[in-house]
Amino acid sequence: MWRNSRRGWGWPVIVMHWLSALAIVGLFALGWWMTSLGYYDAWYQLGPWWHRSVGVILLVLTLARLAWRWSQTTPQAHGTRNEQRAALVGHVLLYVLMLVVMISGYLISTADGRDIKVFDLFEVPAVISGLKGQASLAGEVHWYAACVLIILSLGHAAAAFKHHLLDGQDTLRRMIRPLR
Amino acid sequence: MNKTSFLGKSLVAGLMAASLPLMAGQAQASDYTIDTDGQHAFIQFKISHLGYSYVLGQFKEFSGDFSYDQGKPEDAKVSVEVDVDSLDSAHAERDKHIKSADFLDVSQYPTATFTSTGFESTGDGSGKLKGDLTLHGQTQPVTLDVDHIGGGEDPWGGYRQGFEGTTTLKLADYGIDTSKLGPNAATVDLYLVIEGIRQ
Repeated sequence: MWRNSRRGWGWPVIVMHWLSALAIVGLFALGWWMTSLGYYDAWYQLGPWWHRSVGVILLVLTLARLAWRWSQTTPQAHGTRNEQRAALVGHVLLYVLMLVVMISGYLISTADGRDIKVFDLFEVPAVISGLKGQASLAGEVHWYAACVLIILSLGHAAAAFKHHLLDGQDTLRRMIRPLR
Repeated sequence: MNKTSFLGKSLVAGLMAASLPLMAGQAQASDYTIDTDGQHAFIQFKISHLGYSYVLGQFKEFSGDFSYDQGKPEDAKVSVEVDVDSLDSAHAERDKHIKSADFLDVSQYPTATFTSTGFESTGDGSGKLKGDLTLHGQTQPVTLDVDHIGGGEDPWGGYRQGFEGTTTLKLADYGIDTSKLGPNAATVDLYLVIEGIRQ
């Protein structure tokens, strides 16, 4: 139940997938909303605090997820040869975009050498800071990469439903519980 | 060796003699370049935070020059070009917001310029420096209260003049909308210290 098989995913993969999905959609919505807030809004400080904290947790989760994934076998991909190729490219892109969005977000908040406070539990130190225009440039990358990530995620979900509804494959079901 | 050095000396002496009447005939205004290499020049700003306190910051990169004659300060000319993107209020997320399209819109208007149009001496090295300030793509006349701090030879073979100046800008004049930051943030105070090295 823990480990992946050729038939399906283990529990860690399934749980991390849905936690990531929830965090990504939530962070996108929160990020969009909080950047539209006025200075006198009660959430003006709190929104970014949640956004940064959840973002850092998601980064840790994603690194753990990638490490776990590489230590495991991958279930048989569904669909035609071309669909399988597209899926592979899409999945790699999703991971790359997640990392780009999270790293660029980290570079905004640490651009002046400031640590990131994660839920007032611990702090992530700044590693790269003081580059010319760092916060603004990282901000552009953060926003556009996040938009592409959300669009790609919609395609990812649509593809899963296509496998489930049109092709009658258990692609969607095996991301809900481990199949043997 | 001796011959050349003698020749050199007389050449210099001759040139100096020839230029003497010329120098005496006109005002001895000298051109100065703002010392940004040694960074003996500062452009700082101060703006209200909620009406309870202030946010301070500075523009780290700028360049400029001025011409100045202590005997005729009213002939002084100044021009400064500021890299708005170099704004630093010691908090990157705030800097990013200030530089965004919400306020300074740096990607659209990367430079601010000041060109003097006149100087009104009020004596004692003080005066009112008038000029045009272009900020956020809009040009407005401004007046800076200027004080001559001092001037003379520096310890490294150069010659310097130093000034400080203050002014207050109404940000709406430059199309910068700070209404969301509260009524006290409508204006920003600028404080400049400008040291120039004679060219």
